[in-house]
Amino acid sequence: MRALRVRRRTAKFAVARVASTFGSGGAARVGPIDLVDIEPPALPGPGWHRIRPRLVGICGSDLSLVEGHASTYFEDWVSFPFVPGHEIVGDSDDGRRVVIEPVLGHEARGFAPPFPGAAPGDGDDYAHLVGGRLEPGIQTGFCCSTGGGWADEFVAHESQIHEVPDSLSDERAVLVEPLAGGIHAALLTWPKVRAATEAGTVPVVAVLGAGTMGLCAVAGLRRFVPGVRIVVGARYPHQQALARAFGADVVVAPNELSRAVRRESGGHLVGDHLSSGAHATIDAIGNSDSIAEALRFTRPRGRVVLLGMPARVSVDLTGLWHRETELVGSYTYGTETLPDGSRRRTFDLAIETALVEPLDRLLSATYPLDDWTDALAHAGAAGRRGAVKIAFDLRPHERENS
Amino acid sequence: MPRPGFVLDVDRSTPPILFWRGENFSLEKLPAGRSRVIYPAEPLPAIDDVDGAIRHALLNPIDHDPLPSLLFPGMRLTIAFDDVSLPLPKMRRPDVRQRVIEAVLDLAADAGVDDVHIIAALALHRRMTEAELRHAVGDRVYDAFAPRGLLYQHDAEDPDNLAFLGTTPHGEEVEINKRAAESDLLVYVNINLVAMDGGWKSTATGLASYRSLRHHHNPDTMHKSRSFMDQHRSELHKSNWRMGKVLLDSGVKVFQIETTLNTDTFPQPFEFLSKREWEWNARDRMTFLATTKALGRTPARLARNIFHSIEAPHQMTSVQAGEVEAVHRITTDHVYAQELVEVKGQTDILTMGIPYISPYNVHSILNPILVQVMAMGYYFNMYRGMPLVREGGVIILTHPCRPEFNPVHHPSYIDFFEQVLADTTDPHVMSQKWEKRYAEDEWYRHLYRTGYAYHGVHPFYMWYWGTHGMKHCSRVIVVGGDPKTVRRLGFVPASTMDDALEIASDVVGRTPTITHLHTPPLMVADVI
Repeated sequence: MRALRVRRRTAKFAVARVASTFGSGGAARVGPIDLVDIEPPALPGPGWHRIRPRLVGICGSDLSLVEGHASTYFEDWVSFPFVPGHEIVGDSDDGRRVVIEPVLGHEARGFAPPFPGAAPGDGDDYAHLVGGRLEPGIQTGFCCSTGGGWADEFVAHESQIHEVPDSLSDERAVLVEPLAGGIHAALLTWPKVRAATEAGTVPVVAVLGAGTMGLCAVAGLRRFVPGVRIVVGARYPHQQALARAFGADVVVAPNELSRAVRRESGGHLVGDHLSSGAHATIDAIGNSDSIAEALRFTRPRGRVVLLGMPARVSVDLTGLWHRETELVGSYTYGTETLPDGSRRRTFDLAIETALVEPLDRLLSATYPLDDWTDALAHAGAAGRRGAVKIAFDLRPHERENS
Repeated sequence: MPRPGFVLDVDRSTPPILFWRGENFSLEKLPAGRSRVIYPAEPLPAIDDVDGAIRHALLNPIDHDPLPSLLFPGMRLTIAFDDVSLPLPKMRRPDVRQRVIEAVLDLAADAGVDDVHIIAALALHRRMTEAELRHAVGDRVYDAFAPRGLLYQHDAEDPDNLAFLGTTPHGEEVEINKRAAESDLLVYVNINLVAMDGGWKSTATGLASYRSLRHHHNPDTMHKSRSFMDQHRSELHKSNWRMGKVLLDSGVKVFQIETTLNTDTFPQPFEFLSKREWEWNARDRMTFLATTKALGRTPARLARNIFHSIEAPHQMTSVQAGEVEAVHRITTDHVYAQELVEVKGQTDILTMGIPYISPYNVHSILNPILVQVMAMGYYFNMYRGMPLVREGGVIILTHPCRPEFNPVHHPSYIDFFEQVLADTTDPHVMSQKWEKRYAEDEWYRHLYRTGYAYHGVHPFYMWYWGTHGMKHCSRVIVVGGDPKTVRRLGFVPASTMDDALEIASDVVGRTPTITHLHTPPLMVADVI
């Protein structure tokens, strides 16, 4: 089968990092990723299925890997060589059309779940991610035992599989995974939103960045966090239009976000900081500048939800210390507690949301697997080129053409 | 004898005409045969004995008792004066306000008056700095009064120091500075640079609160003011005059002192800016070339500092004191004598070069909203009779129109630009949808009261100022402006004057008449 495979070649990562200055396409050509012809992965055991991908998205974390920017943190949590791709809609070997919840959780690895009915992402001990019947890997797309979506085939455990209704198109279904991430981040703001509401004020949540994850967070806020006022900083006109379509109340250019938050939340502007600010901020970018910015306009004892994947950053944390700001990571999904107290799995919420939100507008372009450098280049410049989500199209018609 | 203003018909021998572009200028060739340029009058002669004239006015007021007869021991005397927005550019020391205030204080001292407060009547403008106050009232007055808290600035947001005096028959609430309202005598010291200034506007606007100001600083009033330079056709003035009657009826005793200045605006080496282009000598041409080249290479901030350091050689041409309305009638005659230029008929296109300064950016940045108010609020309204540009005509202005703001002076302007103008450029819509929120924003209020910020509502007022102009004209084109910023204002960007004329041709055809307002120095077109 064809697969885009990443091997552990330190020099290649370094070269990719340098080449990424000229774009993701250039980094892909010289980096650690190659299109190869390999044997499909073996089924690790009972409860596992072969999945033939239909559409597979290119995520920011994938790009950061291809460009050599990913943190060394992951070195012990992944296993080489691996096939990336975790935003997947595909066909299971038992005839179901499915989306994949990529976390390789307890059940996939042969361990008992942390509680009955737990989702793969649940739990507060990650030892299972590097043990059991699989090689280390936090999720599909980073584990050499399972393969990943950027291939003609990979394997997934039953606990990862969600059948999608017929009414959900492939183009929407491929966005279920990032949508779940956005919803999870949105729900992480709820404690602060609830406190504001109980105090009789209008809760304000700022969202920094309006790429796929930022927009999915906006959709999650609007659908699952009641009464919230959403203020978005979006760089490009198409992102601004989409943020409004997804339910943002105020959409401004990123350099106007701080003042826009003040207008919504009141308070003063003291130097670069707001005296008060957003009750919570979702940083969907995840670099030094965005984290610093989020800390500046999140109110004292507010919460910054770090949705965009950071690497090494340099941030002055004095403001965080002084304002007692909570900085909370938002990696993935699992079982959520909704504002009404009910418990739901994030992926179920995401599938529900994908059925009603205008997600079609997010999938901007698809590429055959053979055009992977073009696809990665496009994904790396998505905002600039008026795009949001780029995906590989591996559906039969594409296979026949290749 | 100074030459009056006049209208030049442009022909093929006419040299290129000077256009201001913020902190720089350009020379533009206007089409021959259908263009004209309105030049201001040369500065009128100054009064030789300024102090003598001031004293004479105080002792021989119009329709009023002489000032000494109004002063007595134990009385409360308040002297209010126009703020930093006048004159433009600031005049060389001694400022005429200093000379008038010193004369009033001399008489007060002679009468044994020792309860004197001096108040800068800044309405919703920013507070003046110490240096600006010293420049306006002089070091002697400042040092005698400011350290004891007797020289201060009106605070339109201080509920403890505002007095509600009643309403006009039109329902307009009148609320002004409490000390001024409750004094035995309020002496107002004015500088009348244009016909819009002075009269009851001094007190009813300069010393008023937002509660009061909103009754005439609104889109309806501005739209019905045809023009601000013609008091009898200005709804803005009618409202102020109605409020003035409430002041009188409630017992406020006003002694109005109004002064007029000539239009001697630019000192050396900028004198060429006031000259007619065909009269430029070799030195003027060299100065122009050197100045424009140098300014082109100078950072905007430095260029601003250079221009704002200019002190105009303005000189006083008249001073009159006494009853407000009687005084103002004479003052207006003096202003018109200096500034009126007779112009026959309207034009299809009105062109104007916007300079670096307005009443609202002294020592600051002429931000895009102030560019708008200069063009559509001030220059468009520099007429008596009918607008210079015909209804449905086009205005072409030159200015870099950069998205730059002074965050100390104009904090709410930044939000206005980012939030309000992104939503609407319609004055009526924004007044309904956004004004209250800005007027009552605690942060803006804090900065206005304690810093050097214009009031939160001020950018709205600036936008309303252009209501008539914006509705009257079918298109406004900005030559040399930042395109994104120009579009945010609702205007059309153009790279060159030729491009602008081409764009305008969609509206006014290919052979429109063009009129250029060659200002500053100031003028008012008497359109017949």
